[in-house]
Amino acid sequence: MKKTSKKSKQKAVVSDRPLDSLRTDGNAAAGMFSEIFARDMTAGRAKCAGCGTTRTIGTLHVYSHGMGMVVRCPGCDGVVLRLVRTPTRFWLDARGAVSIMVAGES
Amino acid sequence: MSDAVAGPRIAWRVAKVLDVVRETSRTRTLLLDVPGWPGHRAGQHVDVRLTAEDGYQAERSYSIASAPKDAKLALTVEELDDGEVSPYLTEELHAGDQFELRGPIGGYFVWDIPIGGPLFLVGGGSGIVPLMAMIRHRNSSLPAGDVVARRNLPARLLYSSRSWDEVIYRDELARLAAGDPTLEVIHTITRQAPDDWQGFRRRIDRAMLSETAWSPSQKPRIFVCGPTPLVEAVANALVELGHEPNMVKTERFGPTGTPG
Repeated sequence: MKKTSKKSKQKAVVSDRPLDSLRTDGNAAAGMFSEIFARDMTAGRAKCAGCGTTRTIGTLHVYSHGMGMVVRCPGCDGVVLRLVRTPTRFWLDARGAVSIMVAGES
Repeated sequence: MSDAVAGPRIAWRVAKVLDVVRETSRTRTLLLDVPGWPGHRAGQHVDVRLTAEDGYQAERSYSIASAPKDAKLALTVEELDDGEVSPYLTEELHAGDQFELRGPIGGYFVWDIPIGGPLFLVGGGSGIVPLMAMIRHRNSSLPAGDVVARRNLPARLLYSSRSWDEVIYRDELARLAAGDPTLEVIHTITRQAPDDWQGFRRRIDRAMLSETAWSPSQKPRIFVCGPTPLVEAVANALVELGHEPNMVKTERFGPTGTPG
């Protein structure tokens, strides 16, 4: 696993594969979400601050790195969420999400 | 300041390997005993964590292959050529070994009987795994003799593999389909089809989906899982064919050796 800065994000993927084969989706972030949130987030919905579209989090694009994940909008490619894990902390940068909605107690 | 930090909601647990089953040359199913396992829904996955002696940890996600009612939790793992975790899981693990996992994880790509059907499943390669959990769940939840219940919830699987030898769960799928007229299994072989192969011989495309999927008016519940390029091509084609985007649930998995 490599440490990557934002700048070198795309280059850090040392591979001859096209970048889209390294893209997964919000399902892949479910484990990391579970470290921060009490509820399953993949069935929740997030509104993208870039284009205003609301989508199910499981359908958002996810690029995984050694330290975390960048969650992007499939519509406008804007960054909706960043999840970073350090040895002692979790960071959630949610400035790309206008709102996040999850189901209540069922 | 003393923050009351709650433990993770989904705890890491120790899984004990009960058995390792060879599915294809590149895939193995791990049958596990996980004390405290809270149960799962078909389509969910687990995170597996391996820790090296120097403390280095690697985590990967694997779909659950077993049905919720099955006695043993099953993961089917494909070995990736440059994989960090999968070669260990497929080659090094034996009955009695232990590793850490947490789950079940994910609430989006799941299917239960109450969600209903028709159920149209589209898989590529090891993308079959969560779909197999759904097929097994359907099979074990609907009484074998209850033809009406099964007819009310028909299921179809369109499954793309590179070669006939790489078809995961091949015998079980054939057996289930032979014993259940309401379950259809349709294979497409993209590279090396047997000489006498009568089925599809190409990657899944719009024409194939049009031929094999229920019409949008029948409102099939659709689940697509496989490498990212396959999933996106299939999902886009299904929407072009008139299926509602929210009826098409997708799960992409990460880097594979060679897609398709």
